[in-house]
Amino acid sequence: MTPPPSATRPGAAALGLAGLLGLLLTVEVLPRSGVVSADYLPPTSRIVRALAVELNDRAFWRALGDTLTGWALGLAIAVVAGVVAGVLIGSVPFLRAATASTIEFLRPIPSVALIPLAVLLFGTGLGSTLLLVVYAAFWQVLVQVLYGIQDVDPVTRDTARSYNLGTWARVRHVLWPTALPYVMTGVRLAASVALILAITAELVIGSPGLGSRIAVAQTSQAVPEMYALIMIAGLLGLLINLAARTVERRALFWHQSVRGEAVL
Amino acid sequence: MLDVRGLRKIYGGHGREVEALRDLTFTLDPGELVCLVGPSGCGKTTLLKCVAGLLAPTSGEVLLDGSPVTGPRPGMAVVFQEYSRSLFPWMRVRDNVELPLRQKKSLGRQRRHALVEDALEAVGLTASAGAYPWQLSGGMQQRVAIARALAYEPEVLLMDEPFAAVDAQTRAGLEDLVRKLWQERGMTILFVTHDIDEAVYLGQRVLTLSASPTVVQDELKITLPHERDQLESRADARFAELRTHVYAQIRAAGTRPAPTA
Repeated sequence: MTPPPSATRPGAAALGLAGLLGLLLTVEVLPRSGVVSADYLPPTSRIVRALAVELNDRAFWRALGDTLTGWALGLAIAVVAGVVAGVLIGSVPFLRAATASTIEFLRPIPSVALIPLAVLLFGTGLGSTLLLVVYAAFWQVLVQVLYGIQDVDPVTRDTARSYNLGTWARVRHVLWPTALPYVMTGVRLAASVALILAITAELVIGSPGLGSRIAVAQTSQAVPEMYALIMIAGLLGLLINLAARTVERRALFWHQSVRGEAVL
Repeated sequence: MLDVRGLRKIYGGHGREVEALRDLTFTLDPGELVCLVGPSGCGKTTLLKCVAGLLAPTSGEVLLDGSPVTGPRPGMAVVFQEYSRSLFPWMRVRDNVELPLRQKKSLGRQRRHALVEDALEAVGLTASAGAYPWQLSGGMQQRVAIARALAYEPEVLLMDEPFAAVDAQTRAGLEDLVRKLWQERGMTILFVTHDIDEAVYLGQRVLTLSASPTVVQDELKITLPHERDQLESRADARFAELRTHVYAQIRAAGTRPAPTA
């Protein structure tokens, strides 16, 4: 197994870290030197202090929990629905032809455009967040699954046919593993999009979570706290992406893109 | 055993028709090892797919034990040229071999496992049962594909240029493996190849195909001794005669337009 190229060069990691430190330093210096007003951009040290206060606040952890609940629940619903619909539509040519234009019409509708609808239906509860998250994440998964189903190798298909594999065996042992790399990409994209929509819903609609806490901090002039919460949201996105990539590598250990050089 | 009668295949579509196979008729007796050799692009793979029931012929028919082949049949197994695409990389060697057997509901779990072990032993891969196909060399991967076909216990084994993608030494070993398995198990084998030497070395009979649109150009009984050896058999004067004969037929087939039906 060859590790990814970026990990083989310790220099690259050091350079990345230096860039991050540079950013933190810039944010520290800009308001202190008066180039930017500290009212809008507090120095790093103050943001970090606000962050420490947040981490000791139980309300913060509750908000984080709410955001993660909306994210995880929405993502789970979207993935299950996307995979089931994708396998069904993708393996029945009639359904595929019948739904193609509808999917192309519905998919580009930005999830945020559904905010008024979500409020009408669910008010400011978890339901609103879920509607937006599921809508945004569902298409990511569905479209990838549809591509994946189409990608069955002709020789693999002939092999399955020549050995009389039944419908279930073909779905389970041929179609699903073939589509899995696509499914994983879809899930990874959906996981990121789901977080964006979860926080957007909380921020705009005011359903409980990190987003509404950011909004509250902003309206009460607690600017360092607001930045601290934004940093948390960013870190959350980073962690989610890392976790998704790890799951992807584990699940696709057999795939060309992951397995690297053959071991003899 | 296996009867191919008046097989014809025309590929249509896009306003253009291509006649791949014109008129093929031949028979394999039970337990026979027949090699089909022909110039590249003569429709060997098309023919094999029609015989395997993977492709419907335009006209003519394929009979297995007297009954027409209209789709893949449990009595036949195919070994494809592209072993790396034919084996499932997400399954261990053992599971690859076992998967087709799971479709045969009459087989119990124990019988299934016994068949898998036996097939892997026959191709000398018992030690690699737990590996993934992509961890093996090309020749070993093709052995896995052969083991999968063996475990399926077919009456007829169809092999589509199975050794075209492996190096010469591996190929020699695999050829001897096919001869050995054929002698031990007595199944009927149709072996398609573009390699004249391979066809003469392996077969009891060699059918030479013409260029496309394809007909059977020539049929030759291989009069080499039953026991073959990579060094002795190939050095045999008769081997040279036979391969020269096949070569001449292929050259004739390539230059002369095939007789119209």
